[in-house]
Formats: sequence, structure tokens, C-alpha cells
Amino acid sequence: MPRDATNDFVVKFANVNGSGSASANQLFAKSILRMGIPIASRNIFPSNIQGLPTWFEVRVSGEGHLGRRGGVDLMVAMNPQTWDRDIAEIDPGGYLLYDSTRPMPASRFRDDIQVIGIPLTQICNANYTDARQRQLLKNIMYVGALSALLNIEPAVIEQLLAEQYKGKEKLAKPNRDAFHMGRDWALENLQCPLGLQLQRADAVGNRIYVEGNAAAALGAVYGGATVCAWYPITPSTSLAEAFERHCKRLRTEPETGRKRYAIVQAEDELASIGVVIGAAWNGARAFTATSGPGISLMQEFVGLAYFAEIPAVIFDVQRAGPSTGMPTRTQQSDLLSAAYASHGDTKHVVLLPEDPRECFDFGAASFDLADRLQTPVFVLLDLDIGMNDWLCEPFAWDDSRRLDRGKVMTAEELEAGRTFGRYLDTDGDGIPYRTYPGTHPSKGAFFTRGTSRDRFAKYTEVGAAYVDNMQRLLKKFETAKSLVPHPVERRAAEPTRTGVIYYGSSSAAMKEALSALEKDGIHLDALRIRAFPFHDDVLDFIARHDRVFVVEQNRDAQLRTLIMTEGNVDPARLIPILHYDGTPITARFIRAAIADRASAMQVVPIGAAAE
Amino acid sequence: MSFLPKPKLHHPKLPTNELGFTRRDYEGAISTLCAGCGHDSISAAIIQACWELSIEPHRVAKMSGIGCSSKTPDYFLGASHGFNSVHGRMPSVLTGANLANRDLIYLGVSGDGDSASIGFGQFAHSIRRAVNMTYIVENNGVYGLTKGQFSATSDKGSKAKKGAVNTDEAIDLVGIALQLGATYVARSFSGDKAQLVPLIKGALRHPGPAFIDCISPCVAFNNHEGSTKSYDFVREHNEAMNQLDVILGREPITTDYAPGEVREVTQHDGSILRLRKLHEEYDPTDRVAAMHHLHERKAAGEIVTGLLYIDPDPEDLHSNLGTVELPLNRLDDAALVPGAAALEKINAALR
Repeated sequence: MPRDATNDFVVKFANVNGSGSASANQLFAKSILRMGIPIASRNIFPSNIQGLPTWFEVRVSGEGHLGRRGGVDLMVAMNPQTWDRDIAEIDPGGYLLYDSTRPMPASRFRDDIQVIGIPLTQICNANYTDARQRQLLKNIMYVGALSALLNIEPAVIEQLLAEQYKGKEKLAKPNRDAFHMGRDWALENLQCPLGLQLQRADAVGNRIYVEGNAAAALGAVYGGATVCAWYPITPSTSLAEAFERHCKRLRTEPETGRKRYAIVQAEDELASIGVVIGAAWNGARAFTATSGPGISLMQEFVGLAYFAEIPAVIFDVQRAGPSTGMPTRTQQSDLLSAAYASHGDTKHVVLLPEDPRECFDFGAASFDLADRLQTPVFVLLDLDIGMNDWLCEPFAWDDSRRLDRGKVMTAEELEAGRTFGRYLDTDGDGIPYRTYPGTHPSKGAFFTRGTSRDRFAKYTEVGAAYVDNMQRLLKKFETAKSLVPHPVERRAAEPTRTGVIYYGSSSAAMKEALSALEKDGIHLDALRIRAFPFHDDVLDFIARHDRVFVVEQNRDAQLRTLIMTEGNVDPARLIPILHYDGTPITARFIRAAIADRASAMQVVPIGAAAE
Repeated sequence: MSFLPKPKLHHPKLPTNELGFTRRDYEGAISTLCAGCGHDSISAAIIQACWELSIEPHRVAKMSGIGCSSKTPDYFLGASHGFNSVHGRMPSVLTGANLANRDLIYLGVSGDGDSASIGFGQFAHSIRRAVNMTYIVENNGVYGLTKGQFSATSDKGSKAKKGAVNTDEAIDLVGIALQLGATYVARSFSGDKAQLVPLIKGALRHPGPAFIDCISPCVAFNNHEGSTKSYDFVREHNEAMNQLDVILGREPITTDYAPGEVREVTQHDGSILRLRKLHEEYDPTDRVAAMHHLHERKAAGEIVTGLLYIDPDPEDLHSNLGTVELPLNRLDDAALVPGAAALEKINAALR
């Protein structure tokens, strides 16, 4: 039975890296959004520039599910190299679209799927002579065919092409023609539409479609960052590059054309974080963007920033570790190495955005937090959020908001005779005052060091002074609890003693799994953690439940470990649900894993249990 | 080593500079280094240079890494902010500080372990990147704080205190600095204050990457027979190329020199480097010749000192990046935050 579905299916494109398929696939994805239908799209790509397989997956979800679903309803198989595994991945009753220019033996197909052959290469070769044009326009041509097969409104595609090639009619026309060529061929030769169909809806609203890295970089611009030092590493590279792009537009001094920012591509991650710390010490807001291996390299410097109390913002776009791991696959496996980065006793502020909108919000907030707390702040994205376009709430900014520079003593205050002790806790919140270098001719200078010091920044190895300082750092971390983003709770429809905790990019899949579990009769209160140190609400949530599932994308249950350690929670009450094969977690996985354990634990609604 | 606090009182007739400061105003805490350490002489030379140049002490940022040399910024310019960072990473911290506020003077103090071993990469890249700074390596060819291991600048064949002979090739930081584009390159000796003070002054006034390799004998672990970084050895083999005077404003030449004996180089800020030639053929504005000369004299067993290379009109990181004149750390919300209207435009483009 061919599959029938409207606004609820998965299309996967199998392409060759470097063949120009990305822009055609983007065109396809955006056209669905413009028809008011939510989508979730993901790039699946190797650590390579040209020639290796790459996939683009679009989940069409009229109901608005943004996690990865799993399974494929329509495979657009444009890569002979991966043919067999691509065919195998199609759900029974699904569809295969392929380039039929070269005939394929029947043995290479399946009989439980619908096969649609279009001689794309042949049509292209008949119409174009230039080799590159043949390749690029073949991609647009399959978008044309898909528009007929799935009911994409051609006017929407034409509008998108017009926007993309604004003022470049020379480029717009061949694209438009290729689109119609593909569409017309399908209308004439194929049964259109398929069982899978799109129908204009109004479910997108004013949401935007953007990748997390670009959003975090924009957050850094709005957060007042002026210095970016970085070393290229997948999947964080596009964050630093996006910062440069945003700054060119938004941070160029109009009168002179000069830059109100400085970007240094450093020689390694050690130098990157060194530049950040030097700049922040000197009163500029600074950040670096990196991934797991970079976090490992930065450890020593992070300890210095913690102990000497220097602000720093580190965007960590996580990938699958350990070591080089799977550099183009996603994971949430740097949580512990960020939270406790460096030797000695340290604890760091970690922010955990769920989507690009929060990447923007937390990106901007991280600079205020770093200045306010005078400490490194990690913002943990992952490849799934960072390098994929997500449908999310539009960015918002309140023009009355001011950058919070924290406790910085001015020349006037020093002149007026205010006591300045660099490590003196005058306000009882553990946060001392600092001065920027060059503030006052004779007051407020101090020597910054990674060695132990007293409240007035004088070197000391006296045990009591060291302990005094370390205790104050703990107090400061306590202060951080109320300043970082609070967790968000979603109560189940019925009272329950079972909960689930999750964070970051698992959020979309979790939301979907929760509603599916609810239909299964499994009710869970859910808490999304958004930062470390944990707000009191986190421990309160755990206390209110007998059992709490902790859903995360790593092998060793790192968030669970952190909760156990920091909250003194009985391990038996925290049940790990772990997904770490490098693909984004799915609602199907969470639902099955929780349903499985819930039935073993006889998790049923409180009301039902009483009957 | 002294454990007494410095007396606050000083002689009422101590000379003052243009700002009314005495030399004492440029001092720092009491040194905790060994008595006779070359590093203390360099600290004294830095104090002298800053006083003579009438630099406002609080406009200097003192940066260092880890090691004996890196402790010294605590011992001069007590009214300046200092930053004793992590081992070998002073250059990146200095680079960041410089990016944040281009108006301060950045003085990086490092050692041979700090710059030639663990931090060799950062040393090289900060020079390449043309950071406007004075970078002084207090070079004693030995690890002092860990008690006498060879460093990467120990000469091949030189002898450790306990008798071991170094078999590894030495890194010549001056050669590296020249190759990587430092625009002010000098070598000096902590025991020759007359040569060192003007070299530091010239470096502080130089608007680009200025590097000084200062040989600074370690009295505890590297001042014995067989060492090539001992006081005696350096005195014997020191081959000065020139004698520098740094002149602010147009002071006439008052001393009589033979024709061709003096060469003047005017730096970007108007300061004049007046070089008394000690070697007839040496041209300190010719980088390739400088590198050649350095290798040639090294092969002959000499330690070449003096101002070895100068580009009077260099570029620096800020000019290369095209940053605004106002220091980045003074940009306000209006200059930094694009606001809600700009964000709405960005949103519109993402739909």
C-alpha cells in the first residue's frame, strides 16, 4: 500500500558533497515553510569537502514537531554510491525518486516501495552544454518535479528564486526555467500528486528559520562582544564566521568604515582563550567558539579565569567524542568537562539553549553573566542545533535593556576614596570589584595572577587566606544560581509521581514524546534544565517525584551525574535515558525507552493506581 | 633576597622627570629573586627607561607567563596593572588586552622556557600578528624555578651546573623574531645597563612588535665555567653593533662624532633613535642583512648585541584589522547593540 499522508512525512535527499545540492534542498525546505507548514530539517554530512555522500532530511509536520522523526517516506536518491543503503532506509509503502537516465536492474529496487524514475541527466544534457550548469540545474529540476509530485505551489518557488537572485536576472532565469522543466516533465509523465501531499496551512506564524550558530553569533553582537578569537573546528566554525558577517553589517563605524570589533583566527585553541581572557581582563567583551577538543585544550586557561576571576564566554558546539570521535555528528557529551573544567576545585556557569532562539538569548545574556560574575561562562550548543536550520520564535530585543558590565570601580570612585580590594567581598554576594587597567594614576592597580592571593590581591600561601578565597568563590557560585536562566516545568495532564528532566537539543523530540506518551497513558511532569549551577527548582522537582527520567545525548549520563553530585540526589531515583549514536535523538526513541522502563516500574497515573 | 619592606621615605632631592615623578615612583614590590640575578638588573633598566621617557606608570600593562622572569613585573611599575598568566601564554593574553584597549603600552616579560619552549608557538604568532608591544625575554638558558634543567636557548655544547652537556640545538629567538616580522629587534645583556636602557626606551616608543632578547645570567644555576650564559662568558663574547640613544623631540647632536659614525632613525611618533655605529658596515634597517650578519657572527662564536633591526614605520595588528580609533573597551551600548529595529529586519530575512 503506497503511503498516504498530508503535511506529515519525511523526505530525504541523498546527494554527493560539493555537487551544489544544498541550495536546491534549501529551496525545497523553504517553499514548504512559505506554504505555512512547519518543517524540521537536518544536514547529515561527512568530515569532507567534496565527493563523499551527504544527506538532507526534511520532516514535514503540520502538527509542528521539530525533532527528528526517524524513517523516510520519500527518498530522493541522487547518489549512486549510497544507493543500496538509501533504498533500504525507505519505510514500506514509501517512495523512491531517482534519476532514470541509466537503467537500473530490478534487483536494485524493492517491491514494497513506489519507484518514480525521471531521466534528469538526460533532460539536462539535452538542454545545457556547460558541465557545471548541467550539474547545478539538475538539482533545481528535481525540486521542480517534487513540486508537481507533492503539490508545492510554483508561485512560492518563483518568489523564493526572485528573492535569492534579486537583481541578478541572469542567474534567476535559468533556475526558473529548470524548475519548470522538471515540473512540466513530471506533470506530463507521472501520476501527480503522490499519496504524500502538501496543503497550505497557517501553522508557521511569524517564526523564523535559522541555524543555531548564526543565532548565537547574533546574540554575541547584541551582547556587546567586541573581541572574538577562535580556531577553526567543526561544528563551531560557522559561529565565528557568522559573527564576522553580522559585524560587517551591524558594527561598522559609519563615518570611517572601520570596525567596532576585532576577530583573530588564532594559532590554536589555547591562544584563542588566551586572547579572550586578555581582552576581558582589559574590559572588552570577548568570546571564543569551539568544540570538544578545543575545550580539552583550554582547560588550564579556564582555571586561571575562574581563579583570577576574569570574564570569558565560550561557545561549545558539541560533537561526538571522545578524541576526534565523529566530528560531524551530534552529542551532548561535554557537559561535565565544561562544568568542572581545569585542575583543582572549579565549577563553571553553563548555559543550555534548546534552539536558535535561545542560542540568541543565552548568547547575549552570557556576556552580562560573565561580567556580573567575573567568571567563564560556557554556552553549550551541539551540532544538531548549531549547524541545522530550525523553525523557532523570532529574535526579540528590548531597546531599554542595557549591557550589565558588573562591578567595575571607576576612577571617580577610587578618587573619592572607596576601598578597593580586588578580592574583597564588600556586598556579601561573593562578587568583588575590579578595575580596568589604566583607570587611575595612583589607585586601583593590582597584580592579576593564577597563584593564591589575599583579599587585596597580594600573593600569599597562607592556608587561611587561600580557604577564605575558595569559600568566597563558592558563595559567588551560589549567587549565580539566581542569575542564570531558570528551568522550565511542564506539568502532566494528570497528577503523577514520575518526572523527566531534559535539556538542549533533546527538547523538540521530548515535547513530541511527551504528548505521545500521554496518549499511551503515561503521564510525566517534565523539567527542562537551562543552566548550571542548578536553580533550587531542579532539586525541588526531583523531591516532588519518586522517579525521574534523565534524557540526554551521551553515554555516561553526564547531566544525571552532575545532578547527583551537586544535589546529593539518590542515584536510584534518577533513571538515565541515553541516546548517543551521533544522530539527533528522536521522539520515537524517547517514547519507546520510557514506555519500556515505565511498564517495568508500573508507572500509571496516581488516580488509576488508587482504583 | 630581601624580606624587609621598602622604606616609603626617600631623599627629597631625588631628580624628577617631566611628570614630576622620581625613579622611586616607577618601582614595584621587593624582588624575591636571588641576589645578583640578571633579571633584577633588567627590572631596574625598565624602571629607568620608563622614568626617563616620562611614561605615566598606570598607562602601562605588564604581562607575563610563568617562571623567574615572569615574576618580575611585580617588582617594577607598582602603579600599573599586571597580569601573571599561565606558562608560555603571555603573548595571547597580551594580544587580547591590546585588542581591548589600543591606548595602553603593553610590556610583555618572559623567559627562555616561557617563550622558546612551552610558549614558542605563542611567541612566534604574536610577532607574526604584529601586536604593538615590547616583548622582553630574560634569557638565562636554564630553568631556574625548577632548579637547573637546560632550556631551549641553551647552546649546544654548553655545560649544566652538575656537568651534563647539552646536545640539543639552541633556538635563537632574535633570528626567529627577525624572520617572523618583528619591526624592532634587539639583543642586550643584563650586565650592560648603558646599552639596555636605551634599547628598552626605543622599544617602548616603537609602534609595532618590538622584541628584546636580553641575556640574563642565572647566578644559582647557570653562571659557571662551561656555561655560555654566564656573566664572564657573555662579557668576553659580547659584540655590540651599535650604541643607541633615544631622543624625544629635536635635540641637537652635542657630542662630536666622526663623519658617518652616527645614524638617525625617526620613528612614527617622532622619537629619534640615534645610533652610534660600532661596526662600520652594519645597517640596522636591512632585515635580510641583519639575519645574515647574525648567523655569520654566531658561527664565529660571538654574541651580537645592540639594535639589530628597525622598521621606523611599521604596521600593527589594529591597522591590519581596521579597528576603530576609540578603544574597544570604551565603546558604549549605542555603538555596540544594533537594537530591536535591526533585529526585526534580520527576522524578516529568515522567513
